[in-house]
Amino acid sequence: MSSRTNRWRKTVSLEQINNLNKRFRQLSSNKETLSREDLASIPDLDNNPIRLQIINAFFDKRNLSQSEVGIVQEIGFEEFLMVLTHFQPAAMDITEDNREKLRRTKLRFLFNMHDTDGNGIITLEEYRQAVEELLSKAGTIAPETVKAIADAAMLDVASTTRGKMEPDEFYEGITFEHFLQILKTLDIETTMHVRFLNLDTANMRCGK
Amino acid sequence: MSGLWHGKILMLMVVLTVSRHSLAFQARNANPSNQPGTNASTGNGTENTITTLPIVTWKWHHTEGPYLVALWVLVSWICKLEIETHQTRQHSSSLQLSNFVFQLNPALTNVFPESGLLICIGWVLGGIIYGADKVQTFRLQPFTFFYYLLPPIVLDAGYSMPNKQFMGNLGAILVHAVIGTVWNAASLGLGLWGCWLGGAMGHLNTGLLQLLLFGSLIAAVDPVAVIAVFEEVHVNEVLYIIVFGESLLNDGVTVVLFNVFDAFVSLGGPAINAVEIIKGIISFFVVAFGGSLVGIAFGILISLLTRLTKKTPTIEPGFIFVFGYLSYLTAEFLSLSAILSCTFCGVFCQKYVNTNMSEKSVNTVRTTMKVFANGSETVIFVFLGISAIDPSIWVWNTGFILLTLLFIFVFRFMGVFVLTWILNQYRLVPLGLIEQLVMGYGGLRGAVAYGLVFLLDENKYKEKNLMISTTLLVVYFTVMLQGITMKPLVNWLKVKRATTDEAMLAEKIMNRTFDHMLVAIEDISGQIGHNYLWDKWHNFEEKWLFRILMNPTARKSRDYIFNIFHQLNLKDAMSYVQEGERRGSLAFVRNDSKADVDFNKQFDTDFTDMPDIMGPDHIPVPFVLRDSVPSVSLNMHEQDQKMRESEDFNAHHLLQQHLYKGRKQRHTYSRKQPVVNRDEDEVQEIFQRTMRSRLESFKSAKMGVAQPKKITKHSKKDQTEKMSNGKPADDSKIHSYGDEDFEFSEGDSAGDAAGGSFPMAAYKGGAGIVNPAYMAEMDSNEPMPPMPQIPPWLAEAGEDSSNVAPSQRAQLRLPWTPTNLRRLAPLRLSTHSNDSFLLADSPATQEGTEPQPPLPLQDGRGRGTHM
Repeated sequence: MSSRTNRWRKTVSLEQINNLNKRFRQLSSNKETLSREDLASIPDLDNNPIRLQIINAFFDKRNLSQSEVGIVQEIGFEEFLMVLTHFQPAAMDITEDNREKLRRTKLRFLFNMHDTDGNGIITLEEYRQAVEELLSKAGTIAPETVKAIADAAMLDVASTTRGKMEPDEFYEGITFEHFLQILKTLDIETTMHVRFLNLDTANMRCGK
Repeated sequence: MSGLWHGKILMLMVVLTVSRHSLAFQARNANPSNQPGTNASTGNGTENTITTLPIVTWKWHHTEGPYLVALWVLVSWICKLEIETHQTRQHSSSLQLSNFVFQLNPALTNVFPESGLLICIGWVLGGIIYGADKVQTFRLQPFTFFYYLLPPIVLDAGYSMPNKQFMGNLGAILVHAVIGTVWNAASLGLGLWGCWLGGAMGHLNTGLLQLLLFGSLIAAVDPVAVIAVFEEVHVNEVLYIIVFGESLLNDGVTVVLFNVFDAFVSLGGPAINAVEIIKGIISFFVVAFGGSLVGIAFGILISLLTRLTKKTPTIEPGFIFVFGYLSYLTAEFLSLSAILSCTFCGVFCQKYVNTNMSEKSVNTVRTTMKVFANGSETVIFVFLGISAIDPSIWVWNTGFILLTLLFIFVFRFMGVFVLTWILNQYRLVPLGLIEQLVMGYGGLRGAVAYGLVFLLDENKYKEKNLMISTTLLVVYFTVMLQGITMKPLVNWLKVKRATTDEAMLAEKIMNRTFDHMLVAIEDISGQIGHNYLWDKWHNFEEKWLFRILMNPTARKSRDYIFNIFHQLNLKDAMSYVQEGERRGSLAFVRNDSKADVDFNKQFDTDFTDMPDIMGPDHIPVPFVLRDSVPSVSLNMHEQDQKMRESEDFNAHHLLQQHLYKGRKQRHTYSRKQPVVNRDEDEVQEIFQRTMRSRLESFKSAKMGVAQPKKITKHSKKDQTEKMSNGKPADDSKIHSYGDEDFEFSEGDSAGDAAGGSFPMAAYKGGAGIVNPAYMAEMDSNEPMPPMPQIPPWLAEAGEDSSNVAPSQRAQLRLPWTPTNLRRLAPLRLSTHSNDSFLLADSPATQEGTEPQPPLPLQDGRGRGTHM
């Protein structure tokens, strides 16, 4: 057990990949590529308020390769894995530099989820959309309130990230730098991870 | 408030009851007059035979017990006060309140943990008592400790437990609490036994079982000491929760080990066979799980009960305490783990109770809980110090004492390292070496061990006094030495600290997103991980527990994000009123409203300053609107009347009303099932209030406003800027910024301007104080066309504005502005001009012409009447 865990911390273990591959095939019903509908049909996701955002993240080119912007229709296993690597835990003996890099990558993923049009800025519209989805499952908060919350949060961001602004300035949205700034207390490098072990294929209910 | 008082009275009652039992016993052979805190004269009991009616009789003996308890609590708390004062004021040379008590060196208070200092003070007090009495009159009685002092601390710990972290690290906590404690107990007992056999302690009348018993009572990390020390250090959450959780949960183990070995000692060595040992193991599970279940059962009871208590808000907080205490006592009389029971009761009920109860009660519970917990903690430490000054309990055995200290220290570290190593094989984020060091070092022993050792039977345990003195020394050693060095150690090791600054709303929202994201990824990759389980539990909770345990209407406002938003709003509303008060504008209101003369004008000005300011660049749109509103004057008339009715408004009243209104709304929001529209209104209003205050803080930072692309605006901008420079008073500054704020919104299309102009006007009024100079200036270099369109009455009023006391404006402002800010808010940030928000509002703006110009007082009073 222990050796396996340690290996996984350094690289993705072969076993791990096999497990994920199995899952991939299960989701895509044995096709080479995975489509949006495949993910959307996972029953466990039904209750997740941000399920659309998550699914989009899998088809977002920014999460697949650094330079491009846009959306792909289908992803292969490699891309699937690539997205999931964002959720690998940090190695125990990681250097400060790497830790910072890791932190940025992880936050970038989160940022991309909000920045739907890919222009590098989370605008108020996008943010509202996100908050609305996030709170939608609660079902108890009026839409107006959701907007109000989003607006208030945005104001919060604006006032903390841009303490002093020229009168002519206009806060067009959250940039990635601001995003880093407001989430500086979030311990993302130690919390954003998922245990890819113990893949329980027997209990898995596939959407198909 | 009343709730708070209730709580205090309850506590007083508890304290008083303590005295009957404990102090009556203590004071039996003691002369109370020598007590340092009191210096009260001895009671001259009342005469039995009276010859005449006594006007006053001396009844010291009747009140002696409670009186002493109250005085001791007072003395302990004053000690605490002393320490705190020194800690906070160490750099000021101001007169120190209690100079005469102890002159503590500020540097000392910085280095020492509070608990250590309290023990020191206890020594001093104990020395005084002993010096006077030649016998130690007061000491911490186990009964007092376990039944009155410990429960509040445990209940508070459970009630304010960060649930998610607790559950997330439950595995690690349990491993340390169960296996770690057993290991500590066994290793210490066996180690001492080995040394005893080896002759390192000279002649001692003891044996393996007795030493194991001693090991088990001193093995457990003490919650009181851990909380006291770790709260000052602020280590990161994971570390804190592991040490803290361990200290709470190991109680089950301690109780079992203590009872089992106590029984074994009575049985005697030969009678112990495998059956007895298996019984012991079973009893562990019964005690631990039974205790937890009792706690959860009481948690459910509290939750159910608080569903019904909204009619009696004053007693509401009391239920929490009574039930918490009952859960403790119930577990105790069932010989289950009382600490576990009380902890789980708090952990389980906190969420439901907090939503079920009114906000006021929640605050009361929190405050009172802290009063109780802090109070007993203080008393415990002071008495730990006092109890030591008693030669009759001190037996010195170098070998035994030093070896105990050594073993405790060494075995603790060994246990932590080994257990953490095992845990790290399974943890995704392993605990580093530094964390392990702090965990090992945080193994503080405290009053629980002391209380247990006092319970030992002197006839069975010949070396009881040695055990007591060793326990005391261990407690002093860990609390003082380790407590003192904890902070430097944490600094030196650069342990990750907890972030103390308050999280922003945006951050909270992001955290929530983050949680859902992890769950989703687990779902997609087909994992059954911690997030998955947490999510499943959540769904279960949502489906069943909330329905059963939560007030149906309270469920509505339960959402975490909404609560934070709500809290922020509350804070904003408060600071908003405070700000108004500080500026003194409310003070004026009292006089002016009594005068009752200027209302009309005052209203006029409110309207005038709008065109004045908007005029320059808001070309006709607002005026179209304005003109299309023939009812403006009528409107004003109406308002005028309303205001006259309310002439006895004074500042205080207004303030009250404003504050109360906020709360009131919240109540209706969370309690009654409100009509949807109304509901929205209320939320809106909360929001507007927030926005308003936020905008002000924005303004002061000169938060960016206008959209650069609008060129037409710039001329105006310059003007504004000039004006703001020219303005002398800071009041006016706010004003001008308000102006800018508006410009920002005006960047939208003309269609919006119609919607936007109005709010702006309102906001203007809201910004309050108009500087006459400003107005004049505006008028003088007025190049813009709309000016002439100003209706005569408005223009006239504009001139009058200089005569109007700012406060009147302020009076209007309070209830007034928020209603309109709603429209302003989205405009300010939105890049898209026609969002639904606005669209929804604009018709209201237009058709709302007759009653539209927001009726401040009417509004306020309307609520006032049914409050």
